[in-house]
Amino acid sequence: MADALLTLEGVHTHIGQYHILQGVDFAVPRGAMTVLLGRNGAGKSTTLRTIMGLWKPSRGKITFEGREIGGWATPDIARAGIGYVPETMGVFADLTVRENMILAARAGAPDAARLEWIFGFFPALKRFWTHPAGVLSGGQKQMLSIARAIIEPRPLILIDEPTKGIAPAIIDNMISAFDELKRGATTLLLVEQNFRFAEALGDHAVVMDDGRIVHRETMAALAADTATQTRLLGLSLEAHG
Amino acid sequence: MIKTLLSGDLPRSRLLSGLLVLILATLAAAPLLFPGAQAINTAAKICVFVVLVASYDLLLGYTGIVSFAHTMFYGLGGYGVGLALYSWGPTWASALAGLTIALFAGLALAFLIGLFSLRVRAIFFAMVTLAVASAFAILAAQLSSFTGGEDGRSFRIPELLRADALIELPFVGPITGRTITYYVVFLSALASFLGALRIVNSPFGRVLQAIRENDFRAEALGYRTIFYRTSANCLAAGMAVFAGALNSLWFRYTGPDTTLSFAIMLDILLMVVIGGMGTMYGAVIGATLFIVAQNYLQKLMGAAAKSTEALPLLPHLLHPDRWLLWLGVLFVLSVYFFPTGIVGKLRQG
Amino acid sequence: MVEQDGATAAGGAPEPIPAHRADYLPILLVPLLAAVALPLIANPVTWITLTIAALAMGMMIFVIASGLTLVFGLMDVLNFGHGAFIAIGAYLAMTTLIPLADWIQADQLALNLAALGLAILVAMAGTSVIGWAFERVIIMPVYGQHLKQILITTGGLIVAEQLIHVFWGGDQKPMPLPTALRGAITIGDVAVEKYRLLAMVVGLAVFVAMLLVLNRTKLGLLVRAGVENREMVEALGYRIRRLFVAVFVAGSALAGLGGTLWALYRETLTAGIGSEVIVLVFIVIIIGGLGSIGGCFLASVLVAQVANYTGYLAPKVALASNILLMVIILMWRPQGLYAVVGR
Repeated sequence: MADALLTLEGVHTHIGQYHILQGVDFAVPRGAMTVLLGRNGAGKSTTLRTIMGLWKPSRGKITFEGREIGGWATPDIARAGIGYVPETMGVFADLTVRENMILAARAGAPDAARLEWIFGFFPALKRFWTHPAGVLSGGQKQMLSIARAIIEPRPLILIDEPTKGIAPAIIDNMISAFDELKRGATTLLLVEQNFRFAEALGDHAVVMDDGRIVHRETMAALAADTATQTRLLGLSLEAHG
Repeated sequence: MIKTLLSGDLPRSRLLSGLLVLILATLAAAPLLFPGAQAINTAAKICVFVVLVASYDLLLGYTGIVSFAHTMFYGLGGYGVGLALYSWGPTWASALAGLTIALFAGLALAFLIGLFSLRVRAIFFAMVTLAVASAFAILAAQLSSFTGGEDGRSFRIPELLRADALIELPFVGPITGRTITYYVVFLSALASFLGALRIVNSPFGRVLQAIRENDFRAEALGYRTIFYRTSANCLAAGMAVFAGALNSLWFRYTGPDTTLSFAIMLDILLMVVIGGMGTMYGAVIGATLFIVAQNYLQKLMGAAAKSTEALPLLPHLLHPDRWLLWLGVLFVLSVYFFPTGIVGKLRQG
Repeated sequence: MVEQDGATAAGGAPEPIPAHRADYLPILLVPLLAAVALPLIANPVTWITLTIAALAMGMMIFVIASGLTLVFGLMDVLNFGHGAFIAIGAYLAMTTLIPLADWIQADQLALNLAALGLAILVAMAGTSVIGWAFERVIIMPVYGQHLKQILITTGGLIVAEQLIHVFWGGDQKPMPLPTALRGAITIGDVAVEKYRLLAMVVGLAVFVAMLLVLNRTKLGLLVRAGVENREMVEALGYRIRRLFVAVFVAGSALAGLGGTLWALYRETLTAGIGSEVIVLVFIVIIIGGLGSIGGCFLASVLVAQVANYTGYLAPKVALASNILLMVIILMWRPQGLYAVVGR
């Protein structure tokens, strides 16, 4: 755990009267992709939202680059260097693609070279540059949401189910984008139900169930272990397999 | 017996029970206790407002929606009975006809407003009701040939209620039409209040509270929230119409200032919040306290203003006309610090 | 919202660029309403005068309503106490104008405007400060609780109106128009009151400035983004709380400006001036679509049109007819003319 960029220790989260996270422990190693797997309702999205400060942890420690960020306000967590692609994509539909990117580049105007690099993966963004993001298709919105998270180099990116309802061709582009990010020393924490996608990119696998971590190993090992897959992921695997 | 009457929803505080019994006894014996006109007027007004405020609590406290149109329904009742007695003569038949028309109009309006604005977001409802109520108040003041305009209408009530002395009772003295009117108002108010208590403690009332706590969950459990909210709105409106009718019957007058004005809407809000939202008994405590204070506190403030005459600003702050200022402050503070009002405090012990 | 099949977006094959579906339909309501009113009013000169009066009134309502709708859109806070800022602004302006009586009475436009400008400045500065305090003390503790928000801000309104009575007295105050702004300019048969022109210019200037800020500055983009998705703005690292305070203060200042304009328009002033306009303002933001500036602008004009036309045709039902307008528009578009996406 020495080279962990982000660690969660005994994190509990309550939403209203519901106890969603019931002691989550895991570490996200630096420069690799960790995939958070689990059935629907296991608490994966809540985990990401808790890291991001969108839900406040009621107990436990969240450490990012040696600093405890549990309980920080969301903007401060973002400023510490965490990008976030929510399940709903969070695209500002009323703003143009360009304006979405301007807001994402907090330090100033978006860097031209990095923008071209992003257009390489997601050419649609260039074509729709001056159009309201609301007219984009679901897949294009997902591209925009990811582009926003990576327009500035950030040490950690949290991505919530980017492949949900997205065409395979776009998924391939995503895979190459994430692959290149990883080589650029960006750490990724991905929530995913699509096992093929997780398998293609993931280095480490963490499986959740009922608000707890029930299994940790390398992605390669989990991919080879069909029994564990079936036991932990059940039907969700067959559906995507 | 008492438990059944109160629908199993007991005051749950000794002090509160004591206060309620005291208020009930005083109101019940008011014509015998207070010979003066002002005192008996105060008692009748409390009866009317208990009904009005209880019906508002049904909306605000139990259903969690804020309406600014409650005075509109109150006014509908007042005008319905008032104008009927005015135009069709002082008979029971015209009073009943007026009440029936007002009830139907009120229910129809409440239904439409609810259907329109409760569907989108609850906050819409507050704005829409404010706008509709303002329009209604202006309309009532403008259509002067029908409503009497700003001056309102004075009218005569059925003969029985006007009689000078019907019978002479030992120890009590003469029973006048006025006394009978008072008991009509008092008993109607008591029955309405117990009815409201029954509603909020019925399964229907429980669903309302579930919706107030979490409308998504209630919807997920299969309750059509729009149906329940609209029904609550209609029930509350009907009760407010009834309160307006009682008010007309007692004061033999109806006009925009006594029923439709925004100031009365604020009074209702203050009574519910200070008495205690979502408790029903808060309506009794809030209305009684407020109306007694309104009648007697202002005199006290006048004296205080006089005694501080030499000081700057203070006499202006203490002027009897500024009593709404202090109530406003009390209101804001109670929303912050005692959201359950006096009843909630008493129940905590 | 168009959710096209993601497949079309795949890499190489060029996909059609979806049409920029700007929604102009609601804008047509303004000429439509004017056209319907023309045969009813019959006299074209009256009709023009009424239409111009409506535009002027619409601009004033817009100035007042814009702040309220933005605050709502951004933070889901509906401030029922907004009417208090209108009144306080008007009273501050009136107080400023008292020592400037010479400037007001002089028949020199420059001096008149200087006095007005100063009064407006004081009004806006005063309502900004009060707005800031109101936000801290009254609103901050009840974020996200609609019921309490409505109650608390209504309570704030009561207290503020009463304090006006304490400081300024309850009687009706005169709010005289500067000399050079009295009377009308006659173009052909049509007489246009000078002050209405001024009100129109000020209102339009506020609208244009607001559009520029919202569309051309990062701050504006943040506000628009925040109206749509507050959480995501925070997740991008912006402290929306500060943004909200800024918008709230700006909205209060605009209420102060609007209150001053409105009081001058009526040439009298009472503590109830806020409550009087606020009903129209609520109708405007409901019709416009909560949180939408464009919708707010359009709805202001529509409401003022209805108010002026019916005020002439059937004065007794003027406000009731605006309720009817609201009902019709909500039947057509339940979220208002321009619903804010994502809400």
